[in-house]
Amino acid sequence: MTKRILIVDDEPNIVISLEFLMKKEGFAVAVANDGDEALAQVASFNPDLLLLDVMMPKKSGFEVCEALRADPERAGLKIVMLTAKGRDTEMAKGLAIGADAYVTKPFSTKELVDKVREMLAV
Amino acid sequence: MKARYRFLVAVMVLGLLMTGPFMVTLLLVWLDMDQAQHDLLVHLLSSHLPVGVAMTVFGFVIGVLILNKLFKQYVDGLLSMSEKLRLMLGANRNFRVTPEGPPEVQHLARAANDLAQQRDVLLDDVSEQIATAKASVEEEKNRLAALMSELAQAVVVCNLDGRILLYNNRARLQFKALAQGPTSVSGGALIGLGRSIFSILEKNQVQHAEGVVRQRLAAGKTALSNFITALRGGQLLRVQMVPVLSGSERSDRMSGYVLTIENITRNVEEEARRDQVLHTLTEGSRASLGSIRAAVTNLIDYPEMEPEMRERFLGVVGDEVAGMSQRLDRTMVEFSDSIKMRWPLEDILGIDLIAATQRRIEEKLRLPTKTEGLDDALWVKADSFSLVFALLFLASRLQDHYGPRELRLRLSAQGRLAYLDLIWAGPAMSSETFYTWEMESMQVGAEASPLTLRDVIDRHGGEIWYQREKAAHRAYFRFVLPVATPEVEAEQEDNKRGAGRPEYYDFDLFNYEDKSIDLDRRLSELTYTVFDTETTGLQPSDGDEIIQIGAARIVNNRLLRQEVFDQLVDPERPLKPESIPIHGITEDMVRGKPNIDLVLPAFHEFCADTVLIAHNAAFDMRFLQLKEKRTGVRFAAGPRYASAVGGGPSESGVAQAGRYSGASGHRDRHPSQRPGGCPGDGRGIPADGAAAGKDGHRHGASGAGGFREDLLRQGQVLTCPGRWRASFRAAGSWRSRRNWKPSRRSMKRRGLPSGFISSCGTSPRAT
Repeated sequence: MTKRILIVDDEPNIVISLEFLMKKEGFAVAVANDGDEALAQVASFNPDLLLLDVMMPKKSGFEVCEALRADPERAGLKIVMLTAKGRDTEMAKGLAIGADAYVTKPFSTKELVDKVREMLAV
Repeated sequence: MKARYRFLVAVMVLGLLMTGPFMVTLLLVWLDMDQAQHDLLVHLLSSHLPVGVAMTVFGFVIGVLILNKLFKQYVDGLLSMSEKLRLMLGANRNFRVTPEGPPEVQHLARAANDLAQQRDVLLDDVSEQIATAKASVEEEKNRLAALMSELAQAVVVCNLDGRILLYNNRARLQFKALAQGPTSVSGGALIGLGRSIFSILEKNQVQHAEGVVRQRLAAGKTALSNFITALRGGQLLRVQMVPVLSGSERSDRMSGYVLTIENITRNVEEEARRDQVLHTLTEGSRASLGSIRAAVTNLIDYPEMEPEMRERFLGVVGDEVAGMSQRLDRTMVEFSDSIKMRWPLEDILGIDLIAATQRRIEEKLRLPTKTEGLDDALWVKADSFSLVFALLFLASRLQDHYGPRELRLRLSAQGRLAYLDLIWAGPAMSSETFYTWEMESMQVGAEASPLTLRDVIDRHGGEIWYQREKAAHRAYFRFVLPVATPEVEAEQEDNKRGAGRPEYYDFDLFNYEDKSIDLDRRLSELTYTVFDTETTGLQPSDGDEIIQIGAARIVNNRLLRQEVFDQLVDPERPLKPESIPIHGITEDMVRGKPNIDLVLPAFHEFCADTVLIAHNAAFDMRFLQLKEKRTGVRFAAGPRYASAVGGGPSESGVAQAGRYSGASGHRDRHPSQRPGGCPGDGRGIPADGAAAGKDGHRHGASGAGGFREDLLRQGQVLTCPGRWRASFRAAGSWRSRRNWKPSRRSMKRRGLPSGFISSCGTSPRAT
């Protein structure tokens, strides 16, 4: 079965690359541009994995992550935080509130794909 | 036994010695003879008796005379000498015994004189040593105070109660700059000798630091403590505390502390800006780099992608690169100050820099200089020495090459930059020439610098270029320098208030207890504020208003010339023309000054915790009291006041408020009806204090009660005891109570001699 990935980022320039990459890898992809939209998409699109940016308008990635982790039905959802906030403290926070991985920009696309594959076990 | 009786006994003994042996012999012979012999003897004796008696009496008289003489010389002489010795011992040190009488007595007198001489030498030596020791202590104090006042750091020394007993000029300026207020002294009023440091710094923080210092002292560690405190208005101060240890053998006893205070608001702001730069440069770039990297990798990894997709990825790269460039440019512009590694530059007023340059050029090159278009409020960040030398160097080069008749200097501001132009009239110069000048080591006559003009410019983070003003047929070099916001503005007031070192210290305050508000104390032991007001007229209830308040603080019997309050007040109503000649204050002087609503709180702050003293205080207090409701400042709750009648403030004392100098009298009358001249020696209160302050010594040899005594000499002191309300009421009806006699007991308690004082008569205990 095709695994579903939701890309959450407000910057179209990175979204375009991520979308292209994930589609090439054979995943089903959806995009959300802010936190609120992300939560709506999770409900409708029912993704297996989230590529989640931290700095976004309306709701930050941290808030989205916390909201999702508070929902026991979504326990199986994998969350990869993808952010320009590269400080140790922020990384620690991301992992502490329930992200499965924390990737700082700029990142190697190859490594990101490997990580996603590994997490989705495909 | 008295000498007289002893003399009588001696005379009697003499008489017995002269007659006794003869009588005894006669008696023995008489008993041994028979009747015939008896008759013969009586016959013989009776015929010669007058001669014998005469001889005996003569001998006796001679004996008595000799005895008397000896007695006078040895007994009376020694007695009187002993009296003189007593005199020499006590009342008159210089008195000496005159050697007279028999040689033995004279010897004794000389020996006594020698002893006295030796004692005098010893005494002189001791007092000389005491004087030397005192002088050296005084000198040490002065030296310390001088050192402190020169320090570039703000230093405040407090005793354990937090009373300030030393502060330096830097501290004063720093706190003055921090204080926000419209009146001239609202800031200066905060810091002052004998004032509490807790009015400036958070008490808990200071006490916590004190605790830390004590702990470290006890543990034998370096005793110091740092803390950062925020003031009203968001200024941040970094404070370091070190203890002042008492000089006794128990050297770990703390008797006060030294606070070194640094305003770090600017540093913190700069730090924050630097953080912001870092942030924009790192996180801002991360996102863009992330997009570029992903796009580029995709382009490389999937070379067979559709052309439309390829275009979009290329678009991402171009877009993000442009964004990053823009961000970099913006950062450079916004944060150039923070990024540059800079030479320590000082803030200097632009016109001072220009003046120094003019002086140097005229002295060194004999070349006239002029200025034009000077922005006299502009501060620049500069290393003034190297910058002035660079200007001198350029001037000398111009003189050598073009021989201009004069040079002009111009200073203007352009946003965050200052333009300093060196202008001359002359032909165009080649850019090569200027380039050579820029890069060679600077030299003017015998003076040389290892630096080049370029070095100096770089050191300032500035720039320089050559430009022509074609229309005016002249050219200029333009120095571009960073503009500075001066942290502390220069203080002009100091020069006004006379020469001599300002009174920023009083080490006696180490032992100064807080007696401020206890009116039962001697005036000399109190901290008090002598004040006077000028008003539009004499009827506050009819709308007359205060137009000036002048006040001086007296702490530990010393008038503090640096801590005066002198503020004109806009009465918001016209002045009465007839009053202007009296107070000398005109409409122009008061218009635009702060009104009483602003001034009164500042004055209240100035005189907090002190006793108020004024010439006929009741008059001034009525004005102050009428404003209580409007300004929310109650002089009732804080300061209390005493009133000194007569001896009006003099010119040197309370600034303008002292216009009535010498014209002592009573305010209730119209000023023109005032009787001229003070009673007594005519010395006013503040004038006296000013004299004491000028000498830098305590007033009077006794060191206590100087003012009081002066007032007493004039026969007019009124200490107004009791709670403020009571004293106010008392003083309010002062004229009617003038004849009250204070009880002898209450005067004694105040340490005042009776008969000299008039007092409210209400004892504080009674109210």
